[in-house]
Amino acid sequence: MHISIRSAAAASHDRSRRPQLASAGLVVCLAASLAACSSSSGTTATGGSASGGGAKVGVALILKTLSNPYFVSMEKDAKTEAAKDNVSLTVAAGNTDGDTQTQISAIDTAISRGDKGILITTNGDAVNAALNQAKQAGLFVIALDTATNPATVADITYATDNTQAGKLDGQYAATALGGKPADIAMLDLFNNQVVSVDINRDHGFLQGMGIDPGSTTQNAKESKTGKYSGGTYTVACHQPTQGAIDGGRTAMENCLSADPNINVVYAINEPAAEGAYAALKAAGKTDVPVYAIDGSCAGLKLVASGELAADAVQYPGKMASLGVDAIAKLARGGSKPAVTSGKDFYDTGTALAATKPQTGVTIESPDQAAGACWGN
Amino acid sequence: MTAHVDSHAAPTSAEDFLNRRATLSQRIHTVLHRQPALSPAIVLVLAGAVFALLNSRFYQLGNLSLVAQQVAVVGSLAVGQTLVILTAGIDLSIGAVMVLSSLVMSKLAFDHGVPGVLALLIGAALAVAAQAVNGLLVTRIKLPPFIVTLGTLSIFTAATLIFAKGQTVALPPGAFLLWSSQTISLGSLHLTTGVLLMIALYAVIGFALRYTAWGRHLYAVGDDVEASRLAGISVNRVLLSAYMVAGLAIAVAAWILVGRVGGGDPNSGINANLESITAVVIGGTSLFGGRGVVLGSLIGACIVQVFDNGLALAGFDPNYQVLAVGVLVIAAVSVDQWIRSVKS
Repeated sequence: MHISIRSAAAASHDRSRRPQLASAGLVVCLAASLAACSSSSGTTATGGSASGGGAKVGVALILKTLSNPYFVSMEKDAKTEAAKDNVSLTVAAGNTDGDTQTQISAIDTAISRGDKGILITTNGDAVNAALNQAKQAGLFVIALDTATNPATVADITYATDNTQAGKLDGQYAATALGGKPADIAMLDLFNNQVVSVDINRDHGFLQGMGIDPGSTTQNAKESKTGKYSGGTYTVACHQPTQGAIDGGRTAMENCLSADPNINVVYAINEPAAEGAYAALKAAGKTDVPVYAIDGSCAGLKLVASGELAADAVQYPGKMASLGVDAIAKLARGGSKPAVTSGKDFYDTGTALAATKPQTGVTIESPDQAAGACWGN
Repeated sequence: MTAHVDSHAAPTSAEDFLNRRATLSQRIHTVLHRQPALSPAIVLVLAGAVFALLNSRFYQLGNLSLVAQQVAVVGSLAVGQTLVILTAGIDLSIGAVMVLSSLVMSKLAFDHGVPGVLALLIGAALAVAAQAVNGLLVTRIKLPPFIVTLGTLSIFTAATLIFAKGQTVALPPGAFLLWSSQTISLGSLHLTTGVLLMIALYAVIGFALRYTAWGRHLYAVGDDVEASRLAGISVNRVLLSAYMVAGLAIAVAAWILVGRVGGGDPNSGINANLESITAVVIGGTSLFGGRGVVLGSLIGACIVQVFDNGLALAGFDPNYQVLAVGVLVIAAVSVDQWIRSVKS
C-alpha cells in the first residue's frame, strides 16, 4: 500500500527521520505519565455559619478520585459538616486510582496553606513521606476509609474494617453453599499494586469462607484447592477489574472461559460486581451468587433485585464528617479522637445487606440498609 | 522487470544490478513492506497456537466470541486512532472523548428522558465536535497534535467528571442504547451487534482509505506534507477531516461501550486511549505517518486481547499480561523500523 508522491522525498527520507523514532517513543511514554498526573482538581467550600465558634479552621480533604460515587459522597458529607463547624474545607483528589503524585502535591499545598489537619484516602504508600512532613508541621492527619501502611503514619484512621467487610461476605457465601464444593472467582482491584483495601477485602472474604490467604501482603497466594468451612474449594481465578464495570465484565468473562463451573463470585466493589453480573447474564448463569462490598443506594437496589447475593455496607460519608468534626474540635482546644476499643482504628461500622437469611449470619434487608446508604 | 539474468553471474551493469534475484531476507522484507498487516497477522496466529496448547479451552468458539466482544470497544477506537496516526499525528484524547460521549448518551436517555436514537445522535455529534476542536487546533493554531490532545485529554476528562457528578448510569433492559450489546448466536459462536458494528466500521473506513481520493490524500499528507501541498492537496482540510472522521469512530466505540457497561460509567474505558495507540502500533501502522492499514489495527487490538485472555486462561499472574503487551509494542516498532529501511 504505497503512493507515488513518496518517491520524490524517499531518497533522504528514512535516514533523515530515523532520530524521530526515539522521540516518538519518548512521546508515548510522556503521554502515559503525564496523563496520569497532569492536573489536580480542587474546590473550596467555606463554612458559612459561626455555630462552630472561634476562628475558621482549615482542613484538607484528599480523596482517591472524584470519579467514584463512594468518594464523591465523602466530599458531600464533609462539605455539610464543614459548614456546620465553621471549617474552610479544600478538596483535592487523584486523577486515577493509584495516582499518588497528585495527592502528594495536595498534601504539600495543605501544609503551606496552614491547614490544621488533613483527611486522606490514600492512593498508596508513596504519600507517607509527605504525610510525615505534614505531621511535623503540626497538622493532624486522619486516614479515611483506607489505613496508611504502616497505620502509624496517620494520627488515627477512620475506616470501615475492610477485612471485616470481606469476612461478612465470605461467611455468608460459605453458609449459602450448604456444604457444596465451592468454585470461586476472585475479582480484585489491581494486580497487587500495594493498595490495602484490595488486600484486606480479598483476604477477608477468603478468611470468612475459612480459607487461609497464604500471605499478608499479596493476593492470590492461597492454595488453589483445599477445604473451606463447609467442604472442598477451588479458586478458579484472581483477575484485576480496576474497580470499574467494564473491567469487572472482562475479568468475569475470562474467569468463566477458564472455568465454567464457578459458583461463588467475590467482587472488590459494586461496579466490578455489576460488570461480573453482566458477564454471568450473557453466559446464562444468573444463578451464580455475586458478593460485593460498598453499600451505595444503587448497589442496595441490586441486592433487592437479586443481581447481588449480598453487599457489605460501608459508610463513607460518616467517616468524612466525623473526620472534619474531629479536626475542628482539636484545633479549638479539644482532645484527640480515640480509636474503637480492641482495634487500631475508629471503626465506623459495617453491615451485611442481603435478602435470604442464612443461619449464624446477621443480615440487614436492603430496605433497612438503604436508610444510611450513600450516592443515589 | 521482465528479463531475469542468471542469478549466479555477478551483475555487470546497473540494469543487471537492479534486476538481480533478491535474497530470501530481502524478499521477506519487500513483502512485509507492501503488506503492513502481515507481520501482526503472523503474530496473532502464532499467539493463538501457543495459547491453544497451554489451554484447550482457548480455541472453543465460546471463548473466541468473548475475545471478539472484549475487543469491540478498543477495536473501534483504534480505527479513529489509525486515521490520526496515518497523518503522522497522535491522539491522546480519543479515549476521554469516548467516555464523555458514552456518558452523555446514557445520561441524556436516562436522566432527561431523551429518546434513545436522539441521545445517540447527540452523543455522536459531541464526539465529532470534540475531534473538530482537536483538528482545528492542529491546523489553525499549528500546534503539534501531541500537545493539543494532551491538553484536550485533561479537558475532556474533567468535563466527563463534572457532567457525571461521580455517578454511574444504569440503563433499563431494552433501552435503545443497549442495542449494541444484543447477542447474535450462530451455534456456539455468540457475537454481539457491537462486534458487527465494529466490523462494519472497519469495512467502511478501510474502503474509503483505499479507494477514495480522500483516503489517498490522507496517506499522501501523512507521508509528506510539503509534497502533498505541491501536488495540490488541501492539507488542512484533509487533516481536519481525519480528526472528524475519527470522531465518528469514537461515537461507534462509545455506543458499544454503553452496551457493554449497561449504561454510563466514568471509570470504564479510561485505559482505552493508550490501548488504542498500542493496537495501532502493534498493527504495523507507522508512527511517522503515511504507512499502514486499518485492518492492521484490528489485528493489533485482537493480539492484545488474545494475550489478555490466553494468559488468564493459562493461569498466569495478570502482571504478565501487561508485561507481554510492553514487549509486543517494542517488537512492533522495531519491525517497523526495519521495514522502513527498504528503498521503494
